Amino acid sequence: MATRIGVEVSIAVADAVKLCNPDVIAAYPITPQTHIVEHLAELVANGELDAEYIPVESEHSAMSACLGSAATGARTFTATASQGLALMNEVVYVASAMRLPVIMAVANRSLSAPLSIWCDHSDMMSVRDTGWIQIITENGQQAVDNTIISFRVGEDPQVLLPVMVHLDGFNLTHVVEPIMIPDQAEVDKYLPKNRFPLPLNPDKPVAMGGFAAPAIFMETKWAQEVNIQNSKKVILQAWDEFNKIFGRKYEPIEKYQSDGAKTLILTVGSSGETASVAVDELKKEGMDVGQVRIRLWRPFPFEELREAVKGADVLIVMDRAISFGGPGGPIASEVKAALYNQAKKPNVVNYVISLGGRDTTVSDFKNIIKQGVGIAEKGSKNEYEIYGVRG
Amino acid sequence: MAKSENEMTWKDVEIGCIVTEPGGAKAYESGTWRSQRPTYNFNKCIKCGLCSLYCPEGCIDKNKDGYFEADLFYCKGCGVCARECWTKVITMVEEVE
Amino acid sequence: MTQEKSLVEIRWHGRGGQGAVTTTEMLARAAIAEGKYAQAFPSFGPERRGAPVQAFNRVDSKKPVRIRADITEPDYVVVLDPSLLDKVNVTSGLKKGGYVIVNTRKSAGGIKSEFKIDYPVATVNASKIAREVLGVNIVNTTMLGAVIKITNVIDKKSINEPIELRFGKIADRNIKAMETGYEQVAV
Repeated sequence: MATRIGVEVSIAVADAVKLCNPDVIAAYPITPQTHIVEHLAELVANGELDAEYIPVESEHSAMSACLGSAATGARTFTATASQGLALMNEVVYVASAMRLPVIMAVANRSLSAPLSIWCDHSDMMSVRDTGWIQIITENGQQAVDNTIISFRVGEDPQVLLPVMVHLDGFNLTHVVEPIMIPDQAEVDKYLPKNRFPLPLNPDKPVAMGGFAAPAIFMETKWAQEVNIQNSKKVILQAWDEFNKIFGRKYEPIEKYQSDGAKTLILTVGSSGETASVAVDELKKEGMDVGQVRIRLWRPFPFEELREAVKGADVLIVMDRAISFGGPGGPIASEVKAALYNQAKKPNVVNYVISLGGRDTTVSDFKNIIKQGVGIAEKGSKNEYEIYGVRG
Repeated sequence: MAKSENEMTWKDVEIGCIVTEPGGAKAYESGTWRSQRPTYNFNKCIKCGLCSLYCPEGCIDKNKDGYFEADLFYCKGCGVCARECWTKVITMVEEVE
Repeated sequence: MTQEKSLVEIRWHGRGGQGAVTTTEMLARAAIAEGKYAQAFPSFGPERRGAPVQAFNRVDSKKPVRIRADITEPDYVVVLDPSLLDKVNVTSGLKKGGYVIVNTRKSAGGIKSEFKIDYPVATVNASKIAREVLGVNIVNTTMLGAVIKITNVIDKKSINEPIELRFGKIADRNIKAMETGYEQVAV
């Protein structure tokens, strides 16, 4: 039986990794991710987890070690954040292109400068084109569940892709909250053994990481693209199967009070729960408002998004990152792109909020929704709005 | 490999571009790069094997008489062996006069 | 409104190293073990011993806690260190009628008039209790007892297990400090 405990989310994520029985963990500590790998190191040191823990000297080495590990068919986990993700960037691309199912928790944190250890989504957005599957979680339970789900998805022979599970730094990683820790037998039932089809093996040698001349390079990239597009159906199956065993349902776009609502707020990550309280309060005040949340960021859920927002007149999109000199937040620019060719589409208003750990409260979200509706009616000179900046 | 890389479609690309058949380098005729060819006066050869150690292609081995000789399927004609040979056994000559 | 009432928000004021974060974690664990919903989290950031810090608890007896922002309008405020009273505006945003629970040797009336606090004040001499029971002036578990008594967010017995988990060999003394705080807090 699963047990419901009060636990810090980072510790619960590490315990979820343990339930998946990884073979190799190679990681470098960085705030606010540290508690995850620290606890895993502790579990290995105490003999509670039979895995190789490689305390590497940098994140670049962490991901490099993970590549080697995954290439042998070993179940492989790492975690990082912010500058760590930036430092490992070149190897992040290699993992997906070589189809190596490394599972990585990313404790979302802003990128320097100025130095900030607090949460926003600039690190997550910096890797959106690296070819990884990216799942964004909103609370501790989702982070735990989707860690387990990621191993199943990434290692699926039809997928074979690395997966990032995003959880907001501090806002999730450092919070003690109630979490159902799944039962080992249930996880074992849900998660098959890792069977990488062409592992490094001295008895049956293969070569990995070769170069591709112009004559073949485009074919390799298109194969990679078709593969990640096709991974969506496996992700949906994995979520479905998870729901059958564990009773918690995940969808690429999750809806809250959104059916028939004329105004929708779209959120990403932990602030979505706070926003849902604002939606409740505004509904009580008589406003016709609902919420949609992006759970799956890559592959991007085009159909589900279009379906979820098609009845709305106004869609207010929250971003926790700026594309400098660009079209506003990355979420909004992709949402707009997804809707552009639709005959009927909501008016999209984009707000950049909560950079570098700035709190966004229930009353902030209420303000944003009200202001957003006004902007949709009257129009705005701005490509996007930024909320809460003084002056 | 059944198809050349000019013929392969994206569906033919192996998972992560993994090369599953060994011997890709062995099958490759690097001898086509050669514009000069080593020739031998084995009367001077003391069978020291130094040319084989220096050969960047690793293509020099003993022939049936025990003299060291390059495999022209792989020899790129760099001339390192000729330069290093103590007893001046090897002379590089143009492939095409 | 009755539905809204099930959520109780407590803001703790202490100094880095005084155990405010540990205490909020124990309180949340106890509430969750009772089947309630709860959150505990620090004011996020680097840890600095001695610096004024905040830590937060949300406890909801009925529904999952969804708000993930700092507590700016608490139902209760806890002050672990009386020297913070003239440095930090501890009552900032405190809801009308919300209690301020202070570690002090002074009386509630004295605190109210000295620091012009227009809220009910509960006091306990946690430093004295901690020195007597634990032998050191670390007041977090003593204040936890006072908080349980005033807020009634959990049953007092529920806190024993989290204290045992956290303190191991010195758990018994901390439970005694907690119980003494519970008994001696005065309104």
